[in-house]
Amino acid sequence: MQETDALRDARHELEVCNACRYCEGFCAVFPAVNLRRAFSAGEVSYLANLCHGCRGCFYACQYAPPHEWGINVPRRLAQVRAQSYAEYAWPPALARAFERNGVVVAGAVAAGIALVLLLTVGFVPDAALYGAHAVVPGAFYRVIPLWAMQAVGLVTFLFSLLALGMGAARFWKDAGGRGKITLAAVAAALHDVATLKNLGGGGGGCNDNSERFSMRRRRLHHAMMYGFLLCFAATCVGFFYDSFLGWAAPYPFFSLPVLLGTIGGIGLLVGTFGLFAMKLVDDPMPAARELLGADVALLGLLFFAALTGLALLALRGTGAMGVALAVHLGVILALFVTLPYSKMVHGVYRGAALLRSAIEKRAGVG
Amino acid sequence: MPDLSKPYDVLVAGGGNAALCAAITARQHGASVLLVEHAPRAMRGGNSRHTRNLRAMHEAPMDVLTESYAEEEYWDDLKRVTGGNTDEHLARMTIRASSGVFGWMKQAGVQFQPSLTGTLNLSRTNAFFLGGGKALVNAYYLTAERIGVDILYDSEVVALPMRDGVVRQVEITHKGFPATIAARCVVAACGGFQANLDWMRQYWGDAVDNFVIRGTPFNRGRLLRNLLDQKVASVGDPTQCHAVALDARAPKFDGGITTRLDSVPYSIVVNRDAERFYDEGEDVWPKRYAIWGRLIAQQPGQIAYSVCDAKSVPLFMPSVYPAVVADNLGELAEKLGLDPVKLRATVARYNQAVRPGKFDNTKLDGSATEGLDPPKTNWARSIDTPPFTGYPLRPGITFTYLGVRVSERAQVLLEDGRPAANLYASGEIMAGNILGRGYLAGFGMTIGTVFGRIAGEEAARHARN
Repeated sequence: MQETDALRDARHELEVCNACRYCEGFCAVFPAVNLRRAFSAGEVSYLANLCHGCRGCFYACQYAPPHEWGINVPRRLAQVRAQSYAEYAWPPALARAFERNGVVVAGAVAAGIALVLLLTVGFVPDAALYGAHAVVPGAFYRVIPLWAMQAVGLVTFLFSLLALGMGAARFWKDAGGRGKITLAAVAAALHDVATLKNLGGGGGGCNDNSERFSMRRRRLHHAMMYGFLLCFAATCVGFFYDSFLGWAAPYPFFSLPVLLGTIGGIGLLVGTFGLFAMKLVDDPMPAARELLGADVALLGLLFFAALTGLALLALRGTGAMGVALAVHLGVILALFVTLPYSKMVHGVYRGAALLRSAIEKRAGVG
Repeated sequence: MPDLSKPYDVLVAGGGNAALCAAITARQHGASVLLVEHAPRAMRGGNSRHTRNLRAMHEAPMDVLTESYAEEEYWDDLKRVTGGNTDEHLARMTIRASSGVFGWMKQAGVQFQPSLTGTLNLSRTNAFFLGGGKALVNAYYLTAERIGVDILYDSEVVALPMRDGVVRQVEITHKGFPATIAARCVVAACGGFQANLDWMRQYWGDAVDNFVIRGTPFNRGRLLRNLLDQKVASVGDPTQCHAVALDARAPKFDGGITTRLDSVPYSIVVNRDAERFYDEGEDVWPKRYAIWGRLIAQQPGQIAYSVCDAKSVPLFMPSVYPAVVADNLGELAEKLGLDPVKLRATVARYNQAVRPGKFDNTKLDGSATEGLDPPKTNWARSIDTPPFTGYPLRPGITFTYLGVRVSERAQVLLEDGRPAANLYASGEIMAGNILGRGYLAGFGMTIGTVFGRIAGEEAARHARN
């Protein structure tokens, strides 16, 4: 991790925290701070990615603005977090995608939709594209062939997985030595991810726009995260049905992939819309402007992925199915391609940071 | 903005823990309540915003408190630190009540957490607030607003004109403008006067210009002065304050806990002439923590320097400011602004006087100097291992002891011994009744909570009768 002004500011504030320690009960960040007396750049980055942005420490801080020290840990860590996404991007040449991430992700979505639409319009006969479709097996493939879906999907997704993995490895190495990865630590980290314990602020939840605690952010993030996972599960089941069982999409409404996708899609809509709305009313003080573009872009991308998916479900028996399918797959293409170059990376680094924190809790700093 | 033309049942002067406990309790007992806080909203909460725990009696493990801490032990601790400068009846009453405040506090939104790292010695006696004192204050303000306590920020109660022991009205300034409010009862809960440097100057002279005030700049003692000028009985030595050694680079006000420095027992401490002036190893640090403010205040320029070597650095909590570090003592002296020749000579004299002993930082180890004046009677080791480390120190004032005398019902007592008819007090402004000297971690919050609740209830009852 490079030494930047933001990183130095964050380090200074962590040193103040280390002399105070009042916030130890809020989340995993402060116990990890207390294990150290000095903070390497990689360690600051680790702590920045461990921070879930619940803001509890900001409202509880006796040194928060207008105190002359102006301590604002959630903002400082978010600023470092934003820089860390670029720092660990792989291949490194694509780090620039994080410079104006909102524009990049929005552009990718536009390009994805345009590309798939152009290709379908160019290659698919009008009758197949615009004609009314019965919901029968193989109907989708008359618009976009199965091999094309699978090839593009697999290639982009596998590349993105590789890029995310490389980023995670660079993040992990940068944070320095550590204890052994144990099963207990992995279980603890998974538990923290699954429950978003660190958005609990020690029990009361997050501070959104005042000293008041609320579970809103945590619940909305749950809706979004589990919605996303259900949709991903739907995609995997569909892929399995088609590739291994020879059951061609579309599937009836009461089938596993459609039910998973519908429930997941609704979760995504609720979660992303709610989190976006919160951005409009949240106190901007403990947030970092640097992350706003990436935040909103990812929320928008996931929202449209869900919306176009549900639209396709609604329209699949009509003449609009062809266009709806092309638009949905355009959005999904953009999602797959930008996975490692959007705020989606926060999930990977956050998970890795939680694992490291779980290891430290058991063994101390390595 | 609340309507100040109507009379309130209870007006609470102050905005910290004691004031909030009184205001919430009075409202819970049906009174209309106005809380008048001197600070702006962002800096509300008095010194409570810098606190972190409350000392509570308990017979068995309770909530975050481990083992037991019974009345007699609590009382012994208090007797020891005050040197008997306490009121046993009020003290025992407070101690007993401290075990019963948890349920009420939690209902009012306060959350607790296990003892913080590095404070395990307090896990048995003190319950820590999740997020510290500002989080507690935030919780109380939310509760107060929710149940209908009116709150005025940027407003100071400046006078309570009294006749025949009855407060007639309340004079305040609101955002700098004078106003008068009618209230049936008043609770004075606006702290000591340690932030009023001109008042402090009466006792300390111009040394106060070199004092650091650890807490809020809003504890000006204006109401305390007004009451004492109206034949209210005082308690506590006006010249005394709780003073600790702080990093000299601390801000003048509101530096809170992070500017404290625990290096003294593992260092030598010299004044600006590079001379030692007191036994740094007299006793374990928690017991000697609070004498060093006074010792430094008595040195020329009210400044001192803690000097140690690489062996000692890992033994204490660093302050929030970076240590001054140098490869040799001459360079360290220059960086600290001391005479290098004198500092080297002082360290050399000290090193020669150190007698071989078995160093053990976990107890009084008896490793001492011989033939040195003043001696260092524990943890004396040669200062010889570079890099050498120094910190500048100043006296840091936590609170003053002067206050108003109160009854067990939190009524303010007049000089003739009668209670004022409609005036109550809680928190630092009356803590000197119980803690007349010394310091016991978390006890100020206990007094504020217990007496805040008594004052709130008594005031509400009296106002509504």
